[in-house]
Amino acid sequence: MTDANVDLRVVRRPGPAETPPRSVRTRRTTRWRKDPWRKPRLLGSLTWGYFAWSTLPVIIAVVFSFNNGRSRSSWQGFSMRWWTGDPYNSLFHDPALHDAIFQSLRLSGLTMLLAVPLGTAFAIGLDRWRGRAAAGANFTMLLSFVMPEIILGVALFLLFTNLFKNLVHLGTFAQILGLVTYQVSYPVIIVRARLLSIGKEYEEAAMDLGASPTQSVRRVLLPLLFPAIFASFALVFADSIDDFVTVRYLSSGANTEPLSVKIYSAARASPTPAVNAAATFLLASTLIAIILGIVVYRFVTRGQRSDMATKEFVHFQM
Amino acid sequence: MPDEELLLKKARRKASPEGAVESGVWYPRWYWPSFAAPATIWIAILFVLAFYVVISVAFGTVDPLFRNPLPVYEPWWWSGATFSDVLSKFVGSDAFFLPAAMRTLIYVAAASVLCLVLGYGVAYYVSRYGGRRKGLFLVLLISPFWISYLMRVYAWQSLLTEDGFINDGLRFLHLIPHPVNWLDGRPTTVILGLVYGYIPYMILPIYGQLDRINQDLLEAGRDLGASPIQTFWRVTLPLSRQAILAGMVIVTLPMFGDYYTNDLLGSTKTAMYGNLIDTTINSPGHGPQAGSLVIILVVLLALPMAYYLRTTKRAVESA
Repeated sequence: MTDANVDLRVVRRPGPAETPPRSVRTRRTTRWRKDPWRKPRLLGSLTWGYFAWSTLPVIIAVVFSFNNGRSRSSWQGFSMRWWTGDPYNSLFHDPALHDAIFQSLRLSGLTMLLAVPLGTAFAIGLDRWRGRAAAGANFTMLLSFVMPEIILGVALFLLFTNLFKNLVHLGTFAQILGLVTYQVSYPVIIVRARLLSIGKEYEEAAMDLGASPTQSVRRVLLPLLFPAIFASFALVFADSIDDFVTVRYLSSGANTEPLSVKIYSAARASPTPAVNAAATFLLASTLIAIILGIVVYRFVTRGQRSDMATKEFVHFQM
Repeated sequence: MPDEELLLKKARRKASPEGAVESGVWYPRWYWPSFAAPATIWIAILFVLAFYVVISVAFGTVDPLFRNPLPVYEPWWWSGATFSDVLSKFVGSDAFFLPAAMRTLIYVAAASVLCLVLGYGVAYYVSRYGGRRKGLFLVLLISPFWISYLMRVYAWQSLLTEDGFINDGLRFLHLIPHPVNWLDGRPTTVILGLVYGYIPYMILPIYGQLDRINQDLLEAGRDLGASPIQTFWRVTLPLSRQAILAGMVIVTLPMFGDYYTNDLLGSTKTAMYGNLIDTTINSPGHGPQAGSLVIILVVLLALPMAYYLRTTKRAVESA
């Protein structure tokens, strides 16, 4: 096979054969270059380089939350100083950071509890309700999803400080309203994808057997949708605990700022490894939510092929 | 014949499961809309109405004493004074907003092209040569989505400080004689920060599309005498064009509203359009200006947003 290739090349291009023979080295590189089955080393190193580039900084930041000095870049030994040790400046003892942890959990928990039912109901309704109004509602919903977040943040800030100024005060309530508005399209997209893959047969069967529409939704459709609903809970929680744009505009001052906003402000001033600890805390909460989501998702979809479940869950990110 | 077509349509409707549901079970007309109603009302008030307030603020005035915006909700009383004032700051001699707008265009263009080149390579490698490691690769591709953007940019900020690891490494390699302050407003830092932040959003759609390409097509191309490069150029690339466009839109849309990357990695010298909005909304008495800047951004992004919505809608329907 290789010989034939070489022969062909000589026949096709007699030019180089007349010139003095090329060095073995050049010939070898040419053959390597022309080998269709060679390993794509360049692309391979690009890919591995990318993975190192994308993960190493974060790992280093996590490691430095355990630094024994004030620096975020020179290692001075392991300590829990910035987590619990320091009585004033550590994540769990600094009163401002301590409150911010609870504000973060409060905001993302309540957002999750509001956004997922709203979005799920919307997805079910939209799957069957056709017409111009439905298309318009769907379009607006998705529009809020693809808009740069700063636009929504500023719009809600102006809404709450002008038209609704006697109705909604900046602070926790406004932040939750804002987060739900931004996150509600997440469950809509996830649940709709699942609805399309379920099809309508089960529901029809239920109604042929005498179930009312409501019974068929509650006892057939909702259990079938449970994996998608659970995935939405995990993803909405993870996404809203990380949010720092909308909640920053809608906070009423330092006491309603969640951890993410504290990190953002501290990073612009003079950050200590306590900020690393705070960021690591957020990272851990996100990962726990996601891993819990995947585990439950795989558990409730255990009838399906196992790789399908993970793939579907992963697909929700897109 | 129109009659025949009508009959055919009816028959097809009956055959489809959707038609069967409609003909078999009676739903009250309000039944499905009532499911969608709560979220629809929510979005109508907190998104559509909010946007109307933005317009009212932008075309309203400011309280001369307290400097808070006085929105005008009746369109017939709208005054375009602030809006045209803001617009005039993008052109001419008093172009206060122009530098940031130009920077945004250049940074976004550079960063998204870099995202595409690097991201395509990674996506291509993972989809074609992933092999047994594909699961690991996929987790590595997704993991940036689970790490907050803030954490990722903050991590880079620590690495890029004057005594950070980047300076240590470059000095160790004798590439620079003195530590460089990478964070004092360098376009390269900000552009690379943007690439770092948004490249996962580029890789995933391209990977998804490349993974779906039937390998037989590539083999057919090779069998018919195309070189690997020709196969790529004439088979793989055209088949992934849709994903490239989608990825470009997904990546550029948030970049246009990005102010935090520059806040953490740059300075006022590298301020972008997002920074204009952010500083304007945070300075008292500038509500109408901030509203106008937001409206301008929305108008500029309307086309890519519409495109993105259309492609995702098609993708959902074909799924």
